[in-house]
Amino acid sequence: MEIPYTVKPRPDTGVYNAKVGIWLFLASEIMLFGALFSSYIILRITAPEGTWIEGALNVPIGFFNTLVLIASSVTVVMAWVSLKLNNYNNFKLFMFVTFGCAMTFLVVKSFEYHEKFHHYEMWTKADSDNRFTGHFEKGWLTDVKKDYNEKVAGLESAYKTALDEWKTSDQSTDAPSTPVYPKVTFFTLSTAEVRDLAEFLEFDTLVFEKEHKHAYKYAGQPEAHDHDHADAESEAHDDHGDHGGHHYEKLTIPVSDMQRTSAFIPGHSNYFGIYFTLTGLHALHVFAGACVLLYFVLFNKKMWKEDPDRLANRVEVGGLFWHFVDLVWIFLFPIMYLL
Amino acid sequence: MANDTSSTSASEHGHSDAHDHHDHHELNFWQKYIFSTDHKVIGIQYGIVALLFLLLGFILMSCMRWQLAYPGQPLPVVGNLINDLYGGSDGIMTPEIYNMFGAMHGNIMVFLAIVPLGFAAFGNYIVPLQIGAPDMAFPRLNMASFWLFFVGAVLIFGSLFIPGGPAQAGWTAYSPLASAVPTDGQAYWLVGLVILIASSLLGAVNFIATIIQLRAPGMTWMKMPFFCWAQFVTAFLLLLAFPPLQVAGLMQLFDIVFDTSFFLPSGLIVGGQPAEIAGGGSPVLWQHLFWFLAHPEVYVLILPAIGMVCEIISNNTRRPLWGYKTLVYAVLTLGFLSFIVWAHHMYLTGMGTVISTFFQTTTMIISIPSVIILTCIFLSLWGGSIRINTPMLFALAFLPMFGIGGLTGLPLGFAFSDLYLHDTYYVIAHFHYIVAPGTIFAFFAGIYFWFPKATGRYMSDYWGRVHFWLSLLFMNMVFMPMFLQGLNGMHRRMYDGGATYAGSMSPEDGVVGILTKYIEMNQTISIGAWCLGLAQIPFIINFFYSITNGKKANSDNPWKSTTLEWQTPTPPPHGNFSEPVEVFRGPYEYSSPHDDDDFLPQNHKPTSSEAELKSAEGQAS
Repeated sequence: MEIPYTVKPRPDTGVYNAKVGIWLFLASEIMLFGALFSSYIILRITAPEGTWIEGALNVPIGFFNTLVLIASSVTVVMAWVSLKLNNYNNFKLFMFVTFGCAMTFLVVKSFEYHEKFHHYEMWTKADSDNRFTGHFEKGWLTDVKKDYNEKVAGLESAYKTALDEWKTSDQSTDAPSTPVYPKVTFFTLSTAEVRDLAEFLEFDTLVFEKEHKHAYKYAGQPEAHDHDHADAESEAHDDHGDHGGHHYEKLTIPVSDMQRTSAFIPGHSNYFGIYFTLTGLHALHVFAGACVLLYFVLFNKKMWKEDPDRLANRVEVGGLFWHFVDLVWIFLFPIMYLL
Repeated sequence: MANDTSSTSASEHGHSDAHDHHDHHELNFWQKYIFSTDHKVIGIQYGIVALLFLLLGFILMSCMRWQLAYPGQPLPVVGNLINDLYGGSDGIMTPEIYNMFGAMHGNIMVFLAIVPLGFAAFGNYIVPLQIGAPDMAFPRLNMASFWLFFVGAVLIFGSLFIPGGPAQAGWTAYSPLASAVPTDGQAYWLVGLVILIASSLLGAVNFIATIIQLRAPGMTWMKMPFFCWAQFVTAFLLLLAFPPLQVAGLMQLFDIVFDTSFFLPSGLIVGGQPAEIAGGGSPVLWQHLFWFLAHPEVYVLILPAIGMVCEIISNNTRRPLWGYKTLVYAVLTLGFLSFIVWAHHMYLTGMGTVISTFFQTTTMIISIPSVIILTCIFLSLWGGSIRINTPMLFALAFLPMFGIGGLTGLPLGFAFSDLYLHDTYYVIAHFHYIVAPGTIFAFFAGIYFWFPKATGRYMSDYWGRVHFWLSLLFMNMVFMPMFLQGLNGMHRRMYDGGATYAGSMSPEDGVVGILTKYIEMNQTISIGAWCLGLAQIPFIINFFYSITNGKKANSDNPWKSTTLEWQTPTPPPHGNFSEPVEVFRGPYEYSSPHDDDDFLPQNHKPTSSEAELKSAEGQAS
């Protein structure tokens, strides 16, 4: 016996199998994102006072992405309609537009992520003005990276030489021990990594370019103050830099004064934690959905000739998922970018 | 098991050649037994893996029971092996190893043994047959579901062998403890769990879609066997309750891997050092997300068992299930209510009295449908001509065992008594009565009952009875004393079985520890547990021996059952039914006055006497 109702709807339920399947799947997806949104709410309302971050994201970019996704939701319906109207060329066109929108969204999102990964916050042990954003000074960072690589290469080659010597020797002594040094990737620097580097490379101060305007404000607190007007009492400021339209202040900070530093990565704070979790999971859904839609248009032409209803069903089911992904973003955008 | 599958295949092919007009091209070994899309093969695959994990979880527990009964004494037989894997010396179980085994016992039993066995194995094999479907709605998804389960299971099982050992924070994995353990085991468990949840999600979608879409003509909702209803509700619980745990698992994984602090509060001190994290997270959030799954999970563990017991009892009392519709409505209510009782596991978190009151109320309400179900099953026995065989014995024993487990849960549902009983052995005894002599007995009943359908042979009734009576005796020997221990304040996570606790307190200090006699019960319990293990040997031998050498079932329907799975060839071929089925009657038409034979299968056409009766009724109205 064949499995019934794979294409034609079952008379008493009025739907075909895959449609039941996708709605059930979406129900569980709602629970998945629902749990994450609930976690967001709980983390936000139970956050210690004055620690929840606001205004850290670029609203116009987020809004642009919202429009892109909404447009793609429209085009995926147009693709389905084209199939129903037996217009395969239009179907192809709209599917590619949908896929293009998905890729645009992901590219924009990846630029947003990239910007965050290289944007730092620094907490110092100073009494005032002990929290500011910016980034490590480029020249300083390049030097540190160069010194690190050189020193590591030196240690490794010394170890290799010693090991070769030991191998050719009578091996009466103990084998040389493997070199010990901090493993740092420089993708993004953590507090511990900066401290380890300072110890390893023997530097006492780090150079940080401080933004004049703090990158975000805390919920319930007034707008972040502009450092241009604040009295520059910072213990260790050197000179004022101005490049790329941004106002930066180059600071030389003793490593021992550093309380904590973190890029805007998930570990920075619970706001960024939930931001990356939610948007990351959503981006995965966008990617997966886009791949499935692309598969339909690239590899299912034969099915269109043999069983056009089946392909239309596929596109309908894929489209339902696509609408869901869109809908998640509609909730994500305000809670992450606007609130 | 290789024997079983090969014998299955031989007759399977015989049938498809004879009856199947749709030309199935020849499947090779891999497609037939390993990457099969046939729901029956997948069910058996799930069953074998789950039974192996059941044994493994039991072995872990046996080791822990040694430490509880004879604290600090070298573990016989496996002591050195454990030392080789996890450190320690002289075969003595260290506290870390005890914690690992405790966590893994819980994880393996819940996620890798009971759920896959009850829901996935029995559900896969039986549900499509019972509703008269040729297969699941999405066969390839079904296969993907099994293999995802397999990958997740391998990750969790494999974490037993990684450096540092597996998770140590209990199956509840409370943060911040779970993130504070400095080994990789927790991360392995979390990744495994996320994969398992993806698997159970696919399974749940498939079950519900199958039941909605693929019921045979005439199989209306109220003609569906109760087992299918139980699986239907279970699938909904899995579908909707598991995703929040998936989220929680991901968030805890990020806490460990990306140093986020979702579940870690500000000012956290780990190992005497302030943790270098942002802080500001909420440990209670983990508990909410966890128990939002884990309470419905309790019903995922028990509902398939109840479904099986209903089938077996109705069949062996030779009378219709008492209150079938009531049972259906009760199980639906149970499913719904199970989503709003979760915080009764959290009275001690300081949620506040208002929230506690809400969850106490819902918890008391949920006991009503449970009692309805149990009452209906008990009443089904009334006036039946009861056939006692191994499946029936296990099904009958399920009733009082589940009753004890359920009733002892009531004091845990009230905040005032839970404050005292929380985290004591009383809790352990309570939920094990539900799951071990409850659910597992029902599974045994199911295995003995459906074995003739899957293999065409009976399992030995004599050895089945030996297995049953010994299991019943030792199950109670293990869990009954735990109630007493718990009532006397023995904490569930004490690594030395309470010896230190008892010794460190004396009435002179004004503090009374546990009386020695309750500590000594640990030895009785442990001996009971090991004997329980030995009592499974007849089952294991019986199971494998009977696949090839058991007494041949004389027909396709050896128990004279009404439901559709018995109206197929044995074992059912690919596509299940050799001709299209149509359903004319309810699932439990036993002792029907309309037939000389004492039962009418669901696909049995209305008899002439029935037709007369109907037309007479028509004229009367």
